Amino acid sequence: MELHELTIRQAHELLVGREISSVDLTAAVLARIRAVEDRVKAYIHVSADSALASAAEADRRRAAGEDHPLLGIPLAIKDVIVTQGIPTTCGSKMLQGFMPPYDSMVVSRLRRAGAVILGKTNTDEFAMGSTTENSRFHTTHNPWDLSRVPGGSSGGSAAAVASDECIGSLGSDTGGSIRQPAGFCGVAGLKPTYGRVSRNGLVAFASSLDQIGPICKQVADCAMLFETIAGYDSKDSTSVDLPVPDCLGGIADGVRGLRLGVPKEYFVDGMQPEVNQAIQKALKVWESLGAEIVEVSMPHTEYCLSVYYLLATAEASANLARFDGIRYGYSDHHAESLWDGYTASRTEGFGAEVKRRIMLGTYALSAGYYDAYYLKAQKVRTLIKQDYDRALEQCDALITPTSPTTAYGIGEKVNDPLEMYLSDIYTLSLNLAGLCGIAIPCGFAAGLPIGLQIQGNAFAEAEIMRVAYAYEQATEWHLAHPTL
Amino acid sequence: MEYVATIGMEVHAQILTQTKMFCGCPNELTSAAPNTHTCPVCLGMPGVLPVINRVAVEATVLTGMALNCTIPSFSKFDRKNYHYPDLPKGYQISQYDLPLCTSGHLDVTVEGDARRIGIRRVHLEEDTARLVHQGGVSLVDFNRSGVPLMEIVTEADLHSAEDAYAYLSKLRQILRYLGVSTGNMEDGAMRCEANISVRPEGAEVLGTKVEVKNLNSFRSVRMAIAYEIERQIAVLEQGGRVQQVTMGWDETNHRTLFQRSKEGAEDYRYFPEPDLPPIEVDEEWRAGIRCRLPELPDEKEERFTQSYGIREADAALLTQDLQVANYFEAACAACEGPTSPQTVANWVLGDLYRLLGASGSDIQACPVRPEGLASLLALVESGKINGTTAKDVLNEMFASGRSAEEIVKNKGLAQISDEDTLTEIVLSVLDQNPGPAQQYREGKLQVLGFLVGQVMRQTRGQANAQAVAEIIKTELARQS
Repeated sequence: MELHELTIRQAHELLVGREISSVDLTAAVLARIRAVEDRVKAYIHVSADSALASAAEADRRRAAGEDHPLLGIPLAIKDVIVTQGIPTTCGSKMLQGFMPPYDSMVVSRLRRAGAVILGKTNTDEFAMGSTTENSRFHTTHNPWDLSRVPGGSSGGSAAAVASDECIGSLGSDTGGSIRQPAGFCGVAGLKPTYGRVSRNGLVAFASSLDQIGPICKQVADCAMLFETIAGYDSKDSTSVDLPVPDCLGGIADGVRGLRLGVPKEYFVDGMQPEVNQAIQKALKVWESLGAEIVEVSMPHTEYCLSVYYLLATAEASANLARFDGIRYGYSDHHAESLWDGYTASRTEGFGAEVKRRIMLGTYALSAGYYDAYYLKAQKVRTLIKQDYDRALEQCDALITPTSPTTAYGIGEKVNDPLEMYLSDIYTLSLNLAGLCGIAIPCGFAAGLPIGLQIQGNAFAEAEIMRVAYAYEQATEWHLAHPTL
Repeated sequence: MEYVATIGMEVHAQILTQTKMFCGCPNELTSAAPNTHTCPVCLGMPGVLPVINRVAVEATVLTGMALNCTIPSFSKFDRKNYHYPDLPKGYQISQYDLPLCTSGHLDVTVEGDARRIGIRRVHLEEDTARLVHQGGVSLVDFNRSGVPLMEIVTEADLHSAEDAYAYLSKLRQILRYLGVSTGNMEDGAMRCEANISVRPEGAEVLGTKVEVKNLNSFRSVRMAIAYEIERQIAVLEQGGRVQQVTMGWDETNHRTLFQRSKEGAEDYRYFPEPDLPPIEVDEEWRAGIRCRLPELPDEKEERFTQSYGIREADAALLTQDLQVANYFEAACAACEGPTSPQTVANWVLGDLYRLLGASGSDIQACPVRPEGLASLLALVESGKINGTTAKDVLNEMFASGRSAEEIVKNKGLAQISDEDTLTEIVLSVLDQNPGPAQQYREGKLQVLGFLVGQVMRQTRGQANAQAVAEIIKTELARQS
């Protein structure tokens, strides 16, 4: 096995056993990036020198007797998470060359643990999109089929993991942006419970929905990364002061006696038949492992998309107001007046999808429309939460596809926003409810990975990872590697 | 035709806290160089999050309590969206429909009449950065960005410039008593806007409202409101219609000037701040804050007349400024012996005020501390010095910071009460003034004052005047 193919857990064992150094590992991953990156285009920025320096430092720390599951592990960070000393662009011309003056909480926790930051991965501009085609720099290609999208918005991180251009990565998930690309790329992606991971330093798209989480080669790696980044942060008033559970400890405890719910509303027309078949087969696997499968109902599912696109865009319209071309980022210096400057900087700095969402959100919040749109959406959001509460009273976790289809072709849906929004219908309700979910591979259709999603209760990350791990260990989908 | 003016006031007051509203930067504006008290949060950098300053919340609730407000158990922050260079996030974190304090009132006295001004709400928000326009460019100083700011909104209960002035004075007095704000309008720590309308007396419906901004002093508040009322009456008198606009007060030309139309007013698209949890003020927290409510000006004034027995007018003057009131009480407490609180009040409001006024310093920096004043008054009461000397001693205390005893001793200012010494001087005065002495003996008793005055002159005012008068009478009686 090549070094770049290692999982976090495998790499950690080799590092502990002094069979490899972090510098060896980091150099191998950087070599892999050089070998395949021109085809995959997972990264916006690779900081090879600082990565090697961090690796050397990690080796010194290990030599001095330190250990941590992530000490010396090379990781990729989605470019909506700010990193001091490494440019953070959010995939936008607006922030091209922007050097953040501080580290996000997750990155400072990673650095403390001794992880090696390889660079910043591609994303749809400000995490708005499902394909990475909305990146202002380039589109990332799906390692399983370079003519297809990797999903999004964390498509860069998912593709980097699938192509072994990193050992693990961080993404962010506002409506499925970790789980959908993980599904498209055949890797594991965890969206933690809202409030579990600090958003401090995550450039906000929709503040009440955003959450940072790991995208890794396997479930256990997600657990290791999650345990490091999770936990209360006094600088994020929405973070929850709860102890972080030992996810790895009980990960192999199995699913015997667990009830897994299948929401009947999720299996609708438009779902690719192979996706449905793969999910049904997966349910059989769990059943064979001792779990009970039950059907549950989520009656408000059909409203999720509307609610999501009202609330997410409303919040985004305010969150993106700070990009005005005055203090940082792209600025049009030819403007004659303040307002011309605002208009010119934002017209040029933002791409079409970002502008579309700012306009949608501005409209939803406007006087005379607020009650009909924003307020109504908030009320329906409560109903959606209640759907989850009821469903999760009847079972321990929910099993759904991550998306109705496998990865589609680059350019296929980019001009039809509504069609693209529909690719997130299985993921975005979870963000509205603020719960946790994990995507793992469950098969292939015409050579493309199929993803399934396990959704769980608030702060039940350990439980859903246990369910995911049981399936993963009983199957071999996670061991498949794309040929590049 | 007679007209009635209706006025509502909005006051913004910067809250005195160690740190800013949503970050750890110092809340200190007076001595800091521009853009030195800033961080990613108050600069609105990508990815930052606000954290509520608890002290600012408590200061706002305390203010609401002092203004007799209801403190709802549930309150929240909202985003107020608009673009301007002084607003780094493109929205201001403020409070929209659920403020920290609602429906209170403030009692004021206007030209002898007691008036109750309704307080609609008190809410908490963040201040914007400060724009400096110079040399054709506009500069932004973010030191002020994120400073905690409370907004106090009245009901439309005011009817004249005098009402507004009385309300503002009382409000500032209370803010200062609470220690929540300096209340200084000159440096922008307290800012004020007035909504003014005029209608014919008897009319049911209020007239069209005009907002007047840029009121940077108490004086301009009074002048601008009086001017605007007259302007609106003139418009109506000429058969015109008052337009719903925002006016600015022109400090130089003493008139209100059109700033912008309210037609198509800006839509701030308020919505709940998703980065902050709602604020729940439970009974325990509320009680804890209420404990910190100090004695307010009205109560203090009442107590000063009741328990110190001083004149009402003096009590009002002494309680106007909390520091003066504290000074007075400390001086009274330090007085041993028979010095009456009214005497202390007379000295504070008389000679001490004169000295403070002349030197332009405030009472906290006064070199004569309350204990010092008390010991000066003790010297007067005990007869060691007389009133005239005491004034000179106070001047000297104020100038040098030395104690009354020290000054009296060093300068030999102690009153001469020794009978032998005084008799000697009296005899020489009588020798030098045989005419008046004779007149007295003949029954012209009013020349006694002249003779006493002569003795005082010889002793440079240090003689005990009462003792001198007695000795003169005795000596003249003996000589006749």
